[in-house]
Amino acid sequence: MSRPTPLSNRIEHWLPRLVLAPSLLVVLVAVYLFICWTGWISLSSSMIVPKYDFVGLNQYVRLWSTPRWHTAVFNLFVFSTLFLALTTGLGLLMAILLDQKIRVEGTLRAIFLYPMALSFIVTGTAWKWILNPALGVQKVINELGWTSFVFDWIAQPTFAIYCVVIAAVWQSTGFAMAIFLAGLRGIDNSVIKAAQIEGASLPRIYRTIVVPMLRPAFLSVIVLLSYIAIKSFDLILALTNTGPGSATEMPSTFMYSATFRRDQMGVGAASAMMMLMTVAAIIVPYLYSELKESRDGH
Amino acid sequence: MSTLEIDRARKLYGELEVLKEVSISIGTGDFLVLLGPSGCGKSTLLNMIAGLEEISGGEIRIAGKVVNDLSPKDRDIAMVFQSYALYPTMTVRQNIEFGMKIRGVPQAERDKAVKTAADLLQMTHLLNRKPSQLSGGQRQRVAMGRAIVRQPKLFLFDEPLSNLDAKLRVDMRTEIKRLHARLGTTIVYVTHDQIEAMTLATRVAVMKDGVVQHLDDPQSVYDRPANVYVAKFVGSPSMNIIPAKLEVKEGRAVAVIDIPGAAPTELAGIPVSSQAAAKYAGRRVLVGIRPELFSLAGAQSAQKLSVNIDVVEPTGPDTLALFQAGGVEVTARVPPRAVAARTPATLAVDTAKIVLFDAETEQRID
Repeated sequence: MSRPTPLSNRIEHWLPRLVLAPSLLVVLVAVYLFICWTGWISLSSSMIVPKYDFVGLNQYVRLWSTPRWHTAVFNLFVFSTLFLALTTGLGLLMAILLDQKIRVEGTLRAIFLYPMALSFIVTGTAWKWILNPALGVQKVINELGWTSFVFDWIAQPTFAIYCVVIAAVWQSTGFAMAIFLAGLRGIDNSVIKAAQIEGASLPRIYRTIVVPMLRPAFLSVIVLLSYIAIKSFDLILALTNTGPGSATEMPSTFMYSATFRRDQMGVGAASAMMMLMTVAAIIVPYLYSELKESRDGH
Repeated sequence: MSTLEIDRARKLYGELEVLKEVSISIGTGDFLVLLGPSGCGKSTLLNMIAGLEEISGGEIRIAGKVVNDLSPKDRDIAMVFQSYALYPTMTVRQNIEFGMKIRGVPQAERDKAVKTAADLLQMTHLLNRKPSQLSGGQRQRVAMGRAIVRQPKLFLFDEPLSNLDAKLRVDMRTEIKRLHARLGTTIVYVTHDQIEAMTLATRVAVMKDGVVQHLDDPQSVYDRPANVYVAKFVGSPSMNIIPAKLEVKEGRAVAVIDIPGAAPTELAGIPVSSQAAAKYAGRRVLVGIRPELFSLAGAQSAQKLSVNIDVVEPTGPDTLALFQAGGVEVTARVPPRAVAARTPATLAVDTAKIVLFDAETEQRID
């Protein structure tokens, strides 16, 4: 004898699905559907408007024969390498220093984290002024008396990309520091005491015991920063506007100008797919290793 | 030679004095247990011996050498922590040889020391595992191995068994005892568990509020506690402290205890000097009686107590019988099924082992 399930039970059963359905739908359409659509466009001959034909990998061949795209890829490489190394290194150093039971730690932490609260547009604009030889650092130092001091990287095609690195590092170091600090706080203090009793110096304790214990924090920081580096767009626009010339072109700015300014939607789509593959090359192994670890029960 | 002398050691945190002139001295091969509730200063004292906390006053000497200003690594000590404090990214072998590596011990010697320690603690098969792959007891063993290879003058244990489950705790306790017998090193061991203190120690220091209440061998601490606090802290169930009146009859001390619904009972044969008996004659005192000093009264029993049993709590090997005497609840350890709840019973008392305490100062009267 089976009785019909009471209404409340059925609601309980369906409610979570109903609540999740709209966001799932939005993600499916706005993210995955448009990824597929972009992939399709990258295989078509679309110029100013989408054209649903098929020209094979033609757009990719065109993309890779554009010198500007080569500049963008090279810049991305320089930028992300330096940005990752400096942000991770400085963030770790600051976290270790903050972890030494110092006074006003809360205040300092807030100060270092504050740039994270700004948008890249604000950061870019501020640093544009700071780095401008006629307004910023160079002018201040010149006026202090060192008249021969020159700091005009932002105006030089070979050095402008390093200005982008400086601004991005300034913005993201606090974030890396916060993650490392959380990792450090999770470490049992008696581990450090034990190593001290065994005679290890503080630098050695950090190098051989503490930093290896921060592996999960390193993974999070590197993955999140890589993704910031690859998608960086607003910072470039605000700081250098891809100039001087196209010296600070990045894949994201290339994609934008190809699609919306130069009427080469196919090439733009192809560059977007290249970026997707780069991100996937970083994220997929990361997710794989994380999921594998949680399966192993670590 | 590896003696430890703590000479009027003090610890201040700003205005707060957490250790007040603690003096303890132990000889080579002694097993000193610092026993007390949390916040009594025992762990602070251990950290001061280790050099992890500064000494605010007094002196600590290891093997006759003042160590106040020596850093932990120069004190020739090894420490085992409650949380094991293993290096999680290293294998068991690397954990054990880390200290030797730092001191620049050659590889061949390191291998030998690791092998000896692993054999001693029966963990040769664990050497290539990471700490996360070990059980709590195995981790504790690795932590001890790491301490052993150091061959220190002094072993320090900071509540090493507190994170283990009850069964494992008993096993590891035996293992530590065996290790001490085998190695013969001097050990300082911090715990809040009085059974650990009783079973392991050669010397127990019972601490409260930064003061050593009683320092002696465990049996003496158990039999003749220095004050009411120690009497209640050591032993489970704890010593009964019964208010009574002391009288002197024929030159000998007699404690008079009120029993509800019966005439006041006199207990004679209490071990107390005649001077003390004279001094306290006619005054209120506290009578300390361990639960096992009670037994069922027989024909020859001299000192008897007729009481009404309230509750019985069988524990298996024996039964705890609770009754009222002198205005407090008293626990007696009697054979199983000897008494029943809510019935009268006559209990004999081994008065030769009774301890008397001053009612005001709560110090033992000798």
